[in-house]
Amino acid sequence: MPRKSITPDTDLEQMSILDADGALDTDLEPDIAAETLLELHHTMLLARRFDERLLNLQRQGRIGTFPPCKGHEAAHLGAAAHLRPTDWMVPSFRELAALLWRGASLEQMLVFNNGFNEGGALPPDARTLPMAVPVGSQMLHAVGLAWAAQYRRTDEVVMTFFGDGATSEGDFHEAMNFAAVYQVPLVFVCQNNHWAISIPLHKQTRTPTLAQKALAYGMPGMQVDGNDLLSVYVAAGEAMARARGGGGPTLIECVTYRLIMHTTADDPTKYRSEEEVKAWLARDPLPRFQNYLKNKGVLADADLSAIEADIENRIQAAVTRAEARMAQPHDPLLMFEHLHAERPAELERQRRELADELDVAAKGATDG
Amino acid sequence: MAKRTMVQALNLALRQEMAKDDRVIVMGEDVGLDGGVFRVTDGLVAQFGEQRVLDTPLAESAIAGMAIGMAIYGLRPVCEIQFSGFAYHSFHQLENHAARMRWRTQGGLHVPMVLRAPYGAGVRALEHHSESREAYWAHTPGLKMVIPSGPRNARALLVSAIRDPDPVIFYEAKALYRAFREEVPDEEETLPIGQARVAREGRDVTLITYGAMLPPTLEAAERLHAEEGIEAEVIDLLTISPLDDQTLADSLAKTGRAAVVHEAQRSFGVGAEVVARLMERAFYSLEAPIARITGFDTIVPYFSREKHYLPHADRIAGRVKDMIKAV
Repeated sequence: MPRKSITPDTDLEQMSILDADGALDTDLEPDIAAETLLELHHTMLLARRFDERLLNLQRQGRIGTFPPCKGHEAAHLGAAAHLRPTDWMVPSFRELAALLWRGASLEQMLVFNNGFNEGGALPPDARTLPMAVPVGSQMLHAVGLAWAAQYRRTDEVVMTFFGDGATSEGDFHEAMNFAAVYQVPLVFVCQNNHWAISIPLHKQTRTPTLAQKALAYGMPGMQVDGNDLLSVYVAAGEAMARARGGGGPTLIECVTYRLIMHTTADDPTKYRSEEEVKAWLARDPLPRFQNYLKNKGVLADADLSAIEADIENRIQAAVTRAEARMAQPHDPLLMFEHLHAERPAELERQRRELADELDVAAKGATDG
Repeated sequence: MAKRTMVQALNLALRQEMAKDDRVIVMGEDVGLDGGVFRVTDGLVAQFGEQRVLDTPLAESAIAGMAIGMAIYGLRPVCEIQFSGFAYHSFHQLENHAARMRWRTQGGLHVPMVLRAPYGAGVRALEHHSESREAYWAHTPGLKMVIPSGPRNARALLVSAIRDPDPVIFYEAKALYRAFREEVPDEEETLPIGQARVAREGRDVTLITYGAMLPPTLEAAERLHAEEGIEAEVIDLLTISPLDDQTLADSLAKTGRAAVVHEAQRSFGVGAEVVARLMERAFYSLEAPIARITGFDTIVPYFSREKHYLPHADRIAGRVKDMIKAV
């Protein structure tokens, strides 16, 4: 009974199509219609500019703490680009470009980020779940949605997003395992940005890649250059096709970098070097994709300034609308709404308690 | 009508709801061929197949988290957690997501799921198999917490829980699973969640209890009647949250005295909430301090000592006699 080595039966691949210097692997280059390329670019740029505006607003005290996403745009947009309106997206909290691609409203996001529940409102037919703050916990909801989609014999696919830190959570393990056991139509997209707040990747895991974790669950895994929209697009397209065709889940590790703080409450200079950030700035996904489009003749410099102006106007209009809305009196009693389909008696009494307090305050203000 | 144990009554509820509604999916560890470790799901996989009765890998956070996704999609998952002592992994998913999905989406998405779990001591079980931690769930805004006390109400309440548009935690007393049989009609029956019932009428003292503590409390009431001529009114909560404090206050208005009986440890628990509600709602009816007759603030002892931990009829009757004599 000798000892022998066992080789897992899944290959692990790494892919890069468009590198930081603009070199393109034309064999791997996906065939994306010019119109779609421009839409992707528009969304990417909108996400970048909106993220910058949110940061300014936060620094001015006009919105609350939020997690910026600068540097991640290609890693999630390239994947979400494959979602049909009937597919499900289960985000974590750093997928701004994907949310915009799925039709999220700038105004709603501003209202949400300034501490108003109204900003989180979803229509009953929403197929993009709200962002999930407890790290990794949302991946299990994706498994349930995918199981249900399969149970209902639809061809819908679910895509869920999470970061490198989430791969240490028990819920990551449970979601990967359940998804593989049930062979549900699900694509796991890991945005490996190298930092879970202040914890670098090598303190998060001993494995050289996160993609290889897929092997332990019996599902395909792939590592791609997450700052190259084309690589992410191709990998996600294959995973989506596999899922839609009944081939089960896939893990895609998008290697990217958070070019900015974890949230606006954190100071990254405490835990990482300026040189490291600079090196990654040179691999910024946005100019890389823009240069690709220019070289391809899809985007002209003149068009770009028009797009920038259009985006600036759109963001400004949303800020104006959101701030006007938030300046209106808002009902504190909203906190009691939508907790249950039917409000229990004790909660109604507590609601009354606050309503009375508000009445007295209003009367005092009038009398005063 | 057929006489059924609580296990059989719960099985009937699941079977009928599954037959009626293909959104109802039973899921958990060993719920398929094995029929669950207490046999509540016995025979369901044979009748409905593996797509409706889902044997899951062993992971309680995933069972709850996956159910949340299924419920958002529009299914009606009924999760079985093998013992409530293992449900703490699920707590994270219920507290962080199931309980607040409706609220955080302003009514857009909701989570109609049930999480069933056997709870409580008194069956000589292993460590981690005897706890009564309903207060954890009841303390979470957005969750309902139901604990039936017999076969008939267990069946009716489980049907209501499955049809409820919001998440319901459903604790089943292991000590009652096969303790007695009761007439449970084949015809559909439901009971409103959030409504207590008067299990025994009386004028002298109100005993408030639920789950596996109902039988010893009723026994104590009979003893008080026989030995002292004291007529205890016994209220069976059935739902812990939302708490039906109206029924409690109405009873107190009649009796002036009350005790809460539960097997969970005493501090910061259901008893404390019941006492607080009665102070708020029925203070002027009170003729004596409200007593808490409960498990102690220890870990549930290994089973050689559990009979000393659990409230029993002697202890309940003794405390009530003291209460009535004192004032």
